[in-house]
Amino acid sequence: MSTKTFSVTIRVWRQSAAGRPGRFVDYPVAGVSPDMSFLEMLDVVNDGLTLKGEEPIAFAHDCREGICGTCSLTIDGKPHGPHEGVATCQTYMRSYKEGDLIVVEPFRARAFPVQKDLVTDRSAFDKIQQAGGFITARTGSAPDANSVPIAKGVADLAMDAAQCIGCGACVAACKNSSAMLFVAAKVSHLGLLPQGQPERDRRVLSMVRTMDSLGFGGCTNQYECSAACPKLISHDFIARLNRDYAKAVFRTAFEPVAAGGGGEG
Amino acid sequence: MDLVPNLFGSTIGRKLIMAVTGLLLILFVIGHLVGNLQVFEDPDKINGYAHFLQSLGPTLWAVRIALLVVVGLHIWAATVLALESRHARGDEPYAVRRWLRATFASRYMRWTGYVVLAFIVYHLAQFTLGYAQPDSFKTNLAHYTMRSDYHVLGITVVRAGTEVLDVRTMVIRGFSNPLVSVFYIIAVGLLSLHLLHGAESLFQTLGLKDDRWAAGLRLVVTLGCAAYFLGNLSIPGSVLAGILR
Amino acid sequence: MAKLESKVPPGPLADKWQSYKASMRLVNPANKRKYEVIVVGAGLAGSSASATLSELGYKVSNFVFHDSPRRAHSIAAQGGINAAKNYQNDGDSVHRLFYDTLKGGDYRARESNVHRLAEVSANIIDQCAAQGVPFAREYGGLLANRSFGGAQVSRTFYARGQTGQQLLLGAYSALSRAVAGGGVTLHTQMEMLDLVVVDGHAKGIIARNLVTGEVTRHTADAVVLATGGYGNVFNLSTYARGSNATAIWRAYKRGACFANPCFTQIHPTCIPVSGDYQSKLTLMSESLRNDGRIWVPKRKEDRLKPPGSIPEEDRDYYLERMYPSFGNLSPRDISSRAAKRVCDEGRGVGETGLGVYLDFGEAIGRLGEAGVRERYGNLFDIYHEITNENAYKVPMRIFPAVHYTMGGLWVDYDLMSNVPGLFVLGEANFSDHGANRLGASALMQGLADGYFVVPYTIGNYLATQKPGSRPSVDRPEFLQAKQSVDAGTARLFGINGKQPVSHFHKRLGHLMWQYCGMARTREGLEKGLKEIPALRAEFWENVKVPGSADSLNQSLEQAARVGDFLELGELMCRDALARDESCGCHFREEHQYPDGECKRDDEHFAHAAAWEYAGEGKEPVRNVENLNYESVKMSVRNYK
Repeated sequence: MSTKTFSVTIRVWRQSAAGRPGRFVDYPVAGVSPDMSFLEMLDVVNDGLTLKGEEPIAFAHDCREGICGTCSLTIDGKPHGPHEGVATCQTYMRSYKEGDLIVVEPFRARAFPVQKDLVTDRSAFDKIQQAGGFITARTGSAPDANSVPIAKGVADLAMDAAQCIGCGACVAACKNSSAMLFVAAKVSHLGLLPQGQPERDRRVLSMVRTMDSLGFGGCTNQYECSAACPKLISHDFIARLNRDYAKAVFRTAFEPVAAGGGGEG
Repeated sequence: MDLVPNLFGSTIGRKLIMAVTGLLLILFVIGHLVGNLQVFEDPDKINGYAHFLQSLGPTLWAVRIALLVVVGLHIWAATVLALESRHARGDEPYAVRRWLRATFASRYMRWTGYVVLAFIVYHLAQFTLGYAQPDSFKTNLAHYTMRSDYHVLGITVVRAGTEVLDVRTMVIRGFSNPLVSVFYIIAVGLLSLHLLHGAESLFQTLGLKDDRWAAGLRLVVTLGCAAYFLGNLSIPGSVLAGILR
Repeated sequence: MAKLESKVPPGPLADKWQSYKASMRLVNPANKRKYEVIVVGAGLAGSSASATLSELGYKVSNFVFHDSPRRAHSIAAQGGINAAKNYQNDGDSVHRLFYDTLKGGDYRARESNVHRLAEVSANIIDQCAAQGVPFAREYGGLLANRSFGGAQVSRTFYARGQTGQQLLLGAYSALSRAVAGGGVTLHTQMEMLDLVVVDGHAKGIIARNLVTGEVTRHTADAVVLATGGYGNVFNLSTYARGSNATAIWRAYKRGACFANPCFTQIHPTCIPVSGDYQSKLTLMSESLRNDGRIWVPKRKEDRLKPPGSIPEEDRDYYLERMYPSFGNLSPRDISSRAAKRVCDEGRGVGETGLGVYLDFGEAIGRLGEAGVRERYGNLFDIYHEITNENAYKVPMRIFPAVHYTMGGLWVDYDLMSNVPGLFVLGEANFSDHGANRLGASALMQGLADGYFVVPYTIGNYLATQKPGSRPSVDRPEFLQAKQSVDAGTARLFGINGKQPVSHFHKRLGHLMWQYCGMARTREGLEKGLKEIPALRAEFWENVKVPGSADSLNQSLEQAARVGDFLELGELMCRDALARDESCGCHFREEHQYPDGECKRDDEHFAHAAAWEYAGEGKEPVRNVENLNYESVKMSVRNYK
């Protein structure tokens, strides 16, 4: 709880609305406390701008404890700022020192268009999820939770994947703006569990098709995504996704299909 | 059912195509290198080997066409993926761009790929088609007479006394030109770099990689690429150094 | 006066829900698709309700101010979810969970609702496991449990320290499936700004598109609010910054009663405040209290000494001392007040003196550092990020913070408010937690309401409404409501004052914490009732809202929310003043036993107070729903 404060300059991307041209604007920030979070520093800047009659910097944020996945800044070229395994909201100003110039940009990708300043539209992730990121289990139809035992190792691995907070840092960090880590996390989480088996092939084919159609790029196995991931989700899940996809492609191509027919009733 | 669209029409499908074609090409370049290293042995070896390959006739053409298709698919998939990726990035670039962990080799795959492609074209022109250095091309050289039998898997495929093309002399004369040699060395260097990422990456794409042995894989691939480079370096290197003459 | 009919079904407590379900009115499947339901909010309750209602065949429109339904603050719940599964064979049962919850709430919840909650709790775990929620498991593959405050059985299911996240992602996946199937239309980045009441029934909402600023009218046969709690009235809390009371507050102003607004849970284990710029208090999961021991120095003089230098005999493990049978796992309200008490005595640690130690020294000795890391690693990491301190070496410093609001819109047994057609789920309603919520019960309630209660009970209402009878959005009620929203926005821009919104929010937070926080007095509350309206008047004269209404404008969003908080804060003080007793989290210093415990007044206050809006500038009406306990005897809560 140091009371010593310092000054930095932030260079922030300002863009009035989607599709409008944007530019960088420098703002000096004095009185920065090392215990401030990065977003609290922006709050202070915004209050100052408001008092000066300027429009505050729009930035996405909500829970401020690293779990909702709303915050989304690229700070000095790295999504979520300088540290590993944390979101922007968990980045503290003690990472900076007097006189630093900090460049703050939105998460950039064609599939994540800027809505204003640093706020981007990441609804593409919802669309991928809707394409198959679920296990069909109608409410009320579930068997007793202990009727399907799941080995601890499998459950733990599924949890590793399921931790994804859907922030989009993987896309922002990837030179191809690929959403593979996000999709891999979903596909692995559900595909590892016995409950997820019936829809496994459909799921992976459909989610990948949707991912591609939304304009995300392909994976070139550089693993920038997992390095930028605030939950450090492993790129091994991408290998798993690739394997699942290949299996699904061949399985669905050669497995027999029911002829259907017959009547209702 | 949807096999073709799922493979050719999706990013992962195209990556799988890249990985499988890449794997085939890796096997080819390794085999090619091993064959070529016979240049260090008795002239019967490399010349007999070349003659044997030539004598395969339709099979050789089948293999050549298959290789061209594989290379074509590899380039096609790479091109489509690269264009998609560029589009995916959007119009506004980052002002500050930082690499977090991407390996050096992985960052320049496109460029090493271009050079490798140019090299393949030159290589074929030089040693297969004879366009590049016609005076030292094998068909323009005196024939070589085999002094002993050449065997493949214990079977005699080229008998002693057979008149064959003098591939060995072609190679040595070709590499006597320092410009050609240097280009060749740079090209195989970049090819090795290309393989450094490609050989490791294909395990990921085929879904075989796992964090537990990723480090081991990287070590094996690195050593393999180094060996590959040294193997390729040895031929023009020895010619320039006057060891091979 | 509003009519508060709780509509608790007759019959023995344990059979009420079953027999009620069997006798409820039904909507035939072909008619269900003719009904449209608006669900506001996409947390556990909103997502699960939207998904389930659409599975039943209703047409659902889900409105959420977040950019994705997955961002709702349910996601931040760390510790777990209770369920009466008795998988541990430790004697748990529906009745025991019911009893613990009711007792935990200090007998200020509706008995029948709490029992139903306990009944459906087991179904929730089944449902979530079937959806692929990766609950923690034992080596044998069966589900693992941990224990939580206020219970002597181990009935809490969890997914590392991210249970809320995993449950929400489960509900979100069900919602996503419903969206893909066309059953739910998703309206993200849309904030509800008014409720439309037509002929006394809730029939629609007015919502603002947060990106374009467009304000639109939406009609429905019923409206479901699942918009969470209002703890951000305190400014500093463990809530997400966006969490707000606007939806329920505007519904209140359209006639829905607001019950027990003063019941605010203060969570004992949060990271202490570090400075004035602070926007957020971070919770350290209650599960830490399973292995961490809470203490302060016995002597004031030791409070700034390095904790390691204070010998065992000079430490006061005050929870273990005061509540030997529950010890460090005493309920939240009790633990929070105990922390306040030792800090008031001047024994609080850290520079501000507002902190107590949560010490893992003993646990590390018992389990090893690796064992502690395995259980709580992510929490220790969070602590390190925020404080730059290593809790494996130095004890954590914690302090209570606002965490949950038990109060909310009044609802009957069907979870319908006194405005017919308006259903309220999850934290937004008042029904299940009484005056204090037990740990791991919020997730349970949100999902119970959304998966297993409202899907049944909404039919009971819709069956009385003619299919296709929902009003046109061109009705005067819709136009009037939109006009009032537009006028509110114009008013905010018109002020053009000299202070940013945050200035007023911070000041309101200070007032609320001081007068309506962990301990309340008549005198303080009366002061609050003077100072809050004055602050509100100042807000409406001096706030500055930059930018325009026709684009993304976070200042405008915040201004509207804080404007509502400034009204709600006053109602909370009013409620706390009127409730002249102590119960659960509501601690009136005038009413305590000599040992500092809450002194309830069951004779006069065994009721829910449901406040009814009486118009601008008029004092709201306090309606009362008496709480009758048929199956349990109200006793003094005792965790000793």
